[in-house]
Amino acid sequence: MNLEAFLPLVLLGALLGLDVVSFPQAMISRPLAASTLAGLVMGAPESGLLVGAALELIALETLPFGASRYPEWGSAAVVGGALFASQPMGRAGSLTLAVLGALATAWIGGGSMVALRRLNARRAQSARAAVDAGSWHAVRQLMLGGIVLDLVRGGLITALGLAVLVPVMRAAIGTWTLSQDVSRAAAVAMLASVTAAACWRLFHASRPARWLFAGGLAASLALLALR
Amino acid sequence: MTPAASRRPPDGSAPAAALTLRTRLQILFRLHAVQGAWNYELLSGTGIGFCMEPALRFLPGGYDGPAYRAALARQSQYFNCHPYLAGVAVGALATAELAGEAPERIERFRTALCGPLGSLGDRLVWAAWLPLCSLLGLAAFAVGASWWAVLLVFLGTYNVGHLALRAWGLRIGLDAGLKVSSRLGAPVLRDGPEWLLRAGALIGGLALPFALFRLMGPGRTLLWTVLAVVALGGVLISRLHGRLEGWRLALVVLTAVALYSLVR
Repeated sequence: MNLEAFLPLVLLGALLGLDVVSFPQAMISRPLAASTLAGLVMGAPESGLLVGAALELIALETLPFGASRYPEWGSAAVVGGALFASQPMGRAGSLTLAVLGALATAWIGGGSMVALRRLNARRAQSARAAVDAGSWHAVRQLMLGGIVLDLVRGGLITALGLAVLVPVMRAAIGTWTLSQDVSRAAAVAMLASVTAAACWRLFHASRPARWLFAGGLAASLALLALR
Repeated sequence: MTPAASRRPPDGSAPAAALTLRTRLQILFRLHAVQGAWNYELLSGTGIGFCMEPALRFLPGGYDGPAYRAALARQSQYFNCHPYLAGVAVGALATAELAGEAPERIERFRTALCGPLGSLGDRLVWAAWLPLCSLLGLAAFAVGASWWAVLLVFLGTYNVGHLALRAWGLRIGLDAGLKVSSRLGAPVLRDGPEWLLRAGALIGGLALPFALFRLMGPGRTLLWTVLAVVALGGVLISRLHGRLEGWRLALVVLTAVALYSLVR
């Protein structure tokens, strides 16, 4: 990957890492959008969309409730989208490896968010006296500092992910032995299993929602069978 | 006249109704960053003070006066709520501060707001609106929409609701002040999550098999095998809920698939 693609991707990863929690939480960081935008930077938005849809299936499981710990999808989806878009469409193993790279990045990104929250707590403690005295300067410094640190965090995670995973992907794809249809099917089966469980958790508490989901599923499976 | 004094209306103190449109827009913009300094000690507390600050400039004494400093310190303490409904809290608390309510009453009200705004937002947004829009985006993908159309459907739909909720929350907070809790019992908020969930369930049921079909590409010959694996895998992951997260399992399984493919 050349520097002309690397730097915009790092910037995109930084901005979308920021969108996850700090600003503006418009869900541009959801994989469906983030990977597509990464693909767009790479000149292959349709490839980005494909891996984004795959990651979105799994992201349905990890909704950002309260103070829970969850994978950080913003910068991870940028890495996944870039990895997939860097390969010719239809290359065996490319979707599996791109999803794997994105999941690993999301895991590390989630850990970095926890570390940042701890750092923010330490900063808040050290500024406590000023905040308790009603200093606008102290409040503003805490907020702007937190936002800038989150931006840097997202950029670093994206840069690290790309720097490590692009060469790994290049090496792995050259020695990949499973056929394209089997490797694609394995990846989709795994992701969709997580989605199925996530949908059950979302809808099982509401009887009408449960039936609507089952009805929709039956109708679309019937349509697929008749194709 | 000092710059601070020039920021205040001519009559000295001001009720929330006297807040200028510019001030309201400033607060609304800052609300998008309410979690900018989120941490395990104060949660969104610092963000609440940060968002409310433009309104506090209208307190007697103006910017950096004793009333301003006392209110900013009070409002920057621990607070927890859903970020999209933070505007309800910011608006209501700003109105209470500008009306000169007793600090003890404001603090009691502030504590009481945390729970309802957190649970309502989680049910409405994270458990209903976000999954609905995500499934709507996947539905657009499933029917073969282009990348920009999928983005438009997902981000457009989601953010219409997102921005409307933030603006509505701030408006009812500023309007109702300490009486805002009565507005939170509106039927649309009480029943809305259930209706959104039902819509999401129908769209999800219809769209997911077709989304898998498009994702599989050349592997479509294995579609029915994959669907059988998904049914079994879904049951297994549901049974393991609380002990195992699906995304971690996916990481392990896909690593195993990759290793198998590389070393066989």
